[in-house]
Order: sequence, then structure tokens, then C-alpha cells
Amino acid sequence: MAYSDKNREIFAGEIEEIKQKGLFKEKRFICSPQDAEIEVEYPEGAPRAKVLNFCANNYLGMSSHPEVIKAAHEGLDARGYGMSSVRFICGTQDIHRELQDKMSAFLGTEATLLFPSCMDANAGVFEAVLGADDVIIADRLIHASLVDGIRLCSAHYDTFKHMNMKHLEKKLELHQDKRTRLIVTDGVFSMDGDLIQLDELCALAEKYDAMVLLDDSHASGFIGKTGRGTHEHFDVMGKIDLITTTFGKGLGGASGGCVSGRAELIELCRQKARPYLFSNSMAPSIVAGSIKVIDLISKSTERRDKLELNTKYFREQITAAGLLVGGQDTPIVPVMLYNAKLANDMAREMYAEGIYVIGFFFPVVPAGAARIRVQLSAAHETAHIDKAVAAFKKIGEKYGILGLDKKGIIAKYGM
Amino acid sequence: MEEMKGIILEYVVEEYLDEDDDDEVGFDSPLISSGIVDSFSMVSLKVFLEKKFKIKLPDDEATPEAFDTVDSICVLVNKHLGK
Repeated sequence: MAYSDKNREIFAGEIEEIKQKGLFKEKRFICSPQDAEIEVEYPEGAPRAKVLNFCANNYLGMSSHPEVIKAAHEGLDARGYGMSSVRFICGTQDIHRELQDKMSAFLGTEATLLFPSCMDANAGVFEAVLGADDVIIADRLIHASLVDGIRLCSAHYDTFKHMNMKHLEKKLELHQDKRTRLIVTDGVFSMDGDLIQLDELCALAEKYDAMVLLDDSHASGFIGKTGRGTHEHFDVMGKIDLITTTFGKGLGGASGGCVSGRAELIELCRQKARPYLFSNSMAPSIVAGSIKVIDLISKSTERRDKLELNTKYFREQITAAGLLVGGQDTPIVPVMLYNAKLANDMAREMYAEGIYVIGFFFPVVPAGAARIRVQLSAAHETAHIDKAVAAFKKIGEKYGILGLDKKGIIAKYGM
Repeated sequence: MEEMKGIILEYVVEEYLDEDDDDEVGFDSPLISSGIVDSFSMVSLKVFLEKKFKIKLPDDEATPEAFDTVDSICVLVNKHLGK
């Protein structure tokens, strides 16, 4: 047996170290479909509790939408359970092509390629498109999957201060000697809920002959007046060279992702991107469900409009209750607490009040920037939001942080 | 050595701190382990050092430990100067 006692001790020690640092992720089991109201077993073995979910990426409430479920059933019946193949061998059905075409039309791009996930799309796109003569210039708070993809690529890379256009310009000037430049950013940043100034970024890209890659996973389906994404919000549709996004959030909530953009770049991904070449195709039922989501949100903006109203209402109410929040106009609302233990303790007490939220702290967010991240959904009703705000107010009062600014909270609890 | 420390410290402050940051950074302040510089954005510092001092820092030496303070960065840079 290769897994000797010594080996077991090594790995058990590593797990213990994670626990000692307070970074151990506990198990939580959802015993119902994903929705605004869910049943949760937490901690493991505890009786199930009915709680309101404020930490899902279910922005448009599509995860359990009856029409999406029906379409997925029909896809399962018509095209089977799985493809037993990667895309390029015998894993591409007519419905994969249909979803790609619909995504190109929805995002306003030339072409689209599906991946098993957006994590895979981000892992594959850089290596497929760029080489050792190119440079990637990335916002410092881009998603971890983009960081991993950039590290897998032979291109040079550099970073600019989060959302700092002056700093980006400096870096673009610095790297004029490279063959091509690719600016990489999230549309909506997942931990902070802030929106990159994409119009200014595109103007700089034009001035310094740089391409733009936008990860719009936390924007597709609801940012912009018809939900096309951050590029619609800033009126720069057609100016983004590569968009990566997911079907695991606003666009359905199951899984799958894509790269969408300039035809040549998408073709290079089809020829060379390793997660595309070496991982199974999206399952037919998920493709069929995703097609239905795109159809529904292309026909009506009702759900993104409701999400916008819910976001506005929550942000107003939580601020009036005396909590400090970050971000701007997006359904990701970080309730800033700065201290990791405070964030963890408050999240646990929120759960006891029937509100399911999670505390985030270093290394997921910068040191001294701990917060509880709240995510709104079109599936939330006003009464749900009122209950969440009331719980935050009660717990916030208990910890004496209501009405305090950043300095006040840090003075009380440290960073 | 003191001049080199000053140049690197000035770069770190300009590159990694925002105008409203309260952090005070000195020659022996931890940069990586304190979260001021993360392992992803550390590359900007490496690019700067290589251009400024006309050296090549191998990836296996440009570690978070070697980049953790201005003092330790100077030790690394000096090792490669004149190579």
C-alpha cells in the first residue's frame, strides 16, 4: 500500500494547518432545489433548517425556473444524457451549435465557443491565443480562474491597480514594445460588486492598440438595459475582443461556459484550447436549458428589472439600517466588516436568524478587508429582503457596528 | 545599497499603495505576507527590477519569500548585478 501511515500524517497535518489558520471550509448540504428559500443541513448532521438564500449566484432566479426545467427535460429526452466525448471528436450536437449562435447574437459578437465551464474557458483562452511575444495587462482583482489561465500561458504579464485607469495607461505605455497587448478585466468584480469603467478602458485600448478580454460571469443576463452585460451598460458593444462568461450564474445556474468574440480568436480556441480539446462537452440537458434561458431573457427584461429593483431596495435599506456596504448598483453587495473573526461570527449568527450568507476574508479578499457578501436575486421578494435587513440590523446592533465607518469598525475590532 | 533601497521602496509605494491607504511601508515591512503585494501582482515588481537594474531574475529565485521586504529584494538584486 502506497498510502502509508507516514503519508496519511503528512496530509492530515496539512488539513490541521488549514484549520489552525481559521481557513477550513465547512460542509453545508442543500436539501431542496436552488431558490430564494432553501432547506439546509448545517452543520453536517444537524436537522434541516429553512433559510433564505442570500449567497447564490442565482441572479435571475433561473436555477429552478419551470420553463427551464421543462426545456432541460426535453433536451434529455431528445438528445440523451451525455456525449461521452470531447467536442471535436463526436461531442458536438446541433444544439451546441444553436446555443453558440444564440450567445453570439445575445452578446453582439462574431462567434462563440462552448466550454465545460467558464473556469475552463479562462484556463484555455490565453494559451490558445497568445505567445511569448505578447503581454497581458490585468486588473489586480480579476477572478482566480483568469489568474490561473494567465499563468498557463507563455505571454508576459503585468498588472494594474484595481480599476485605476491612470495606472493601466502607464502599463500600456510601458509595454508598447510587445507584439500584442491584451487588457484583462472582470465586468463586475465578484467580491466587491464594483463595475469596471469599460468605456474608459476601451478608449485606452484603442489609443494604445490593445485588445480587451472581459470576464462577464457576474454580469451576463442582467447588467445593461437588456441584460447583455457590462459592455452594454457602458455602450461599448462590438468593442470587446473576447468575452468569457458562464451558464452557471445568471444564465441558468447549472454549468458550462463560453468564450465569445472575434472570429479568428474563437477559431484559435477551437483549434488549441486544452480544456476544449480534452474535456467532455456540456451535457445536452444543460445546453437545452441554457437555450431556453437565452430565449426567455431575450424576449423580456422582466427578471433583470426585478433584480435591479431588489438591488436598489436592499442597498437603500441596509445603508439606512447603519451597515457599511461597498460596490455600486450591482446585486453583489459586500457588507464591510474588515475583521475576519467578526465577519465569520456575524455570518454564523445570521444563519441562526434564518439568513444564509457567508463571511469572506484573507486570502479570498485582501487582508483587513473581511466582509459578508450578500447576493440579490430576482427570486427574492420584498419580504425576504426585509427579513435579511432586519437580521443584519439585529446582529449589527449586538456587535455595536451600526452607523460606524471603516475607521470606527477597525478601531473596535481591529483588522 | 541605500540608494537601491530608496528606489525600490519608492516604486513599491507608488505601484501598490493607493493615495488613501494608511499603510506605512519601510525597508523591513512585510509586503507579501501582509497582503500589500499578492503573488499575482508581484510580477509587476519583478518586471520593474529587471528593467531598472538590467538583470534577469530566474522564476525559482523570484519567490514570495525573496520579495517579502525591500531589504530581502535588495539582497536578491545584488546577487544578480554584474552577472
